[in-house]
Amino acid sequence: MLRYYFALAFRSLRRNVLLTVLMTAAVGVGIGACMTTLTTLMAMSANPIPDKSSQLFIPQIDLSGYASEHYDVSSLARDFSYRDAMAFMGARLGLRQTATYPVQLTVIAPQGGRFQQLGRATYADFFAMFEVPFRSGAAWRSSEDQDRANVVVVSSRLADRLFPGREAVGRTITLGRRDYRITGVLQPWTPIPRFYDITYNGTRGAFAEPEDFYLPFTLAIDRQIQTNDFGCDPMARAAWAAQLDSNCTWIQFWVELPDAAYVRGFTNFLRGYAVQQRQSGRLQWVPLTALHDVMDWLDLQHVVPEQTRVDSMIAGGFLLVCLINAVGLILAKFSSRAGELSVRRALGASRTDLFRQCLAETWMIGLFGGVLGLALTAAGLSALRALRGVSAQSVTGHLTALNPQMVLITLVVSLIATVGAGLYPALRASRVQPGWQLKSQ
Amino acid sequence: MPILRTLGRNRIGAVLIVLQIAITLAIVSNCLSLIQHRVLWMDRPSGIDEANIFSLNNTWDSDPPDLKARIEGDLAALRSLPGVIDAEATSYTPLSGFERAWPLATRPNQHDSGASAWAAAYPVDEHGLAALGVKLIAGRWFSATEVGEIRDREIKFPPSVLITERIANKFFPGRDPLGQLLYFEHTDGSSRIVGVVQRMQRPSDASAWSNPDAENSIFIPFQYVNNGILYVVRTKPGQQGAMMRAAPVKLLEMTPERIIEQVQPYSEIRRQAHRDSHATVIMLGVVSAFLLAITAFGIIGLTLYWVGLRRRHIGMRRALGARRVEILRYFHTENFLIAAVGCGLGVALGLAGNTWLATRIDLNRLSLVNASLGAMLVMLLCQFAVLWPALRAASVAPAIASRGL
Repeated sequence: MLRYYFALAFRSLRRNVLLTVLMTAAVGVGIGACMTTLTTLMAMSANPIPDKSSQLFIPQIDLSGYASEHYDVSSLARDFSYRDAMAFMGARLGLRQTATYPVQLTVIAPQGGRFQQLGRATYADFFAMFEVPFRSGAAWRSSEDQDRANVVVVSSRLADRLFPGREAVGRTITLGRRDYRITGVLQPWTPIPRFYDITYNGTRGAFAEPEDFYLPFTLAIDRQIQTNDFGCDPMARAAWAAQLDSNCTWIQFWVELPDAAYVRGFTNFLRGYAVQQRQSGRLQWVPLTALHDVMDWLDLQHVVPEQTRVDSMIAGGFLLVCLINAVGLILAKFSSRAGELSVRRALGASRTDLFRQCLAETWMIGLFGGVLGLALTAAGLSALRALRGVSAQSVTGHLTALNPQMVLITLVVSLIATVGAGLYPALRASRVQPGWQLKSQ
Repeated sequence: MPILRTLGRNRIGAVLIVLQIAITLAIVSNCLSLIQHRVLWMDRPSGIDEANIFSLNNTWDSDPPDLKARIEGDLAALRSLPGVIDAEATSYTPLSGFERAWPLATRPNQHDSGASAWAAAYPVDEHGLAALGVKLIAGRWFSATEVGEIRDREIKFPPSVLITERIANKFFPGRDPLGQLLYFEHTDGSSRIVGVVQRMQRPSDASAWSNPDAENSIFIPFQYVNNGILYVVRTKPGQQGAMMRAAPVKLLEMTPERIIEQVQPYSEIRRQAHRDSHATVIMLGVVSAFLLAITAFGIIGLTLYWVGLRRRHIGMRRALGARRVEILRYFHTENFLIAAVGCGLGVALGLAGNTWLATRIDLNRLSLVNASLGAMLVMLLCQFAVLWPALRAASVAPAIASRGL
């Protein structure tokens, strides 16, 4: 029966090709526009590390007083001071934990030439915690954190640039006037959003390009490798020792708490630590604290730009207008079938049969419109890439990539929207009065 | 009124068109508000002589100990080129992205960060005025004896400083800022203001429309000394291309062990800075154009369909004596009524949507005047769209009425 309906629908569509094309175009253009913006929005709101996002936590502590006074979690500083980060690292209350901060150093290539690269100072736990994939070699051992070993892990991009075609593990590179031994090379790794460092500053941020090298945190501190920017006043960091001792926040801290017991333990420690800061006189208030997992953190920090949401809403309105257009076109199409439908009624078809036949036709339009919409979405996304002047491998390239999930969503949305638009016209068509129609032939 | 009666008979079609017009008008008017806001921001001048300035990045191969002497040598060479007005060595230019910002204060040792104003600090020497082409509206530029030396990430408070008019209005409203002291937060350091520049955008200003500290800049009399330095060169009008080719050649001639990158005119820096806003404007413009086109085609399609439905009736009217132009007028009036309702609804939706959007992002507020203007343009578009179907209706022969009776 179903096959019969679809055969009928196909024949009906073929009879008036212009109208079919118009209907398909109406649906397709609307879907194309909507999905182009929706792709970016969904990529930005996605979970960057789905199998672990509920086990990775970031604590916060108020060092400026404002948040504690107004009990406002959203105004807590994102980063940590050196003293607090070291206290949390020392407590060792998580399965793994890492303090980390972004650095920028000059790389001197073995074939000559030097360039600036963005990197990160971190503990060995960073790689296991965030499930960073390695192409060859491995991260340094935790004991090497203590020993301040002279090692580095590099990205595949940097390794291929410095040592094209050769194995980079074991070789030495010069970063900022010092030599480091490469212990591992990463596979291309781009968590989107880059949840562990979301502060926006031109080169950093949740959607910035990933770093190219990773140094041991302890080594970076010893060598006074400076970070790029700070959340505090210039004078407090005039000297390195003063900076380490101050309440300047510039270090990110993440901890892995696999189950509720770990979370409870860390929360208690956090509260006790806060009270201790007041009692010791370091702060004049009991600092507000908070603990968030990855998705809560991204939500709290409003990582998805408002402009992207607005773009999606505008595209949604566009789709609505296209669908209203489609309703009008479908109405016209079905009314032209009134004669044929009334003959069927006279021959014994029930209203429901006619309704199903008409719905089959809208279903086919939905399918064609979905395919057209898919092609237009792909075109729209590559146009967006071209407008922004980025390659497909960059972060923006990833944000505008059409993955299988989006393809499925596009087709499903198109089908649902078109069938929804066709419901009223199909209902009206199935209510055709056979006697009146046949008489006026 | 007979026309309302016929409309009533085709209720659903009329409702569809009203909805299309309303939603289209609401979206397009808000898109235009957004576009207007972004375009106005992108058009703001940086304050420097953009048409004649180019810049290049310079890094020496080894770490030379005499960086300052080398920089001065490079600058002398650049200034000696015939097409060059002046040159300076610094760390960044307006809209270039990365900046070092300093917190300004109204009194010494101020500590409440919530009330401070941040300003980008531009390290310049005595040639900075000519090299940047900024407009001095009060006081004087720095003299050679005032200029010191500053390294990367170093914090030093100079005895004299130049501010922009914006900072003057904010910190010294109604008073003469010349000779006053400018303080910095968390320190008892201060600098004496010796001059005021009309405007100078910050490196971070490209997307800073909602930042109250946007376009706050100060000039500090320090020669920036770093391996990895930006040379900003101002040329005589028309000489930019030639000097962009000559400058790297001259520098490499002096010292070949260096890397010169990103030799680009300032227009390129501006283009890169506004890339995202530009993309947004284009996208919104395309969406608005498409929406208007789709609505117009929808009107054409639906009206054609109605004409098809009412051929007999139109033929009958013609047979009873109606002229062609009266049929035309009928369809135009019908369309006018529908479009009026749609535009009225659209203006209301547009204003409501604008108020709600303004709470979430920055855009120009839609005034009733602008919304009404938009509505009138849409009405014009609808009338234009219905012309062809109405002409088709008017050309129905009266003889049709007699067929099928």
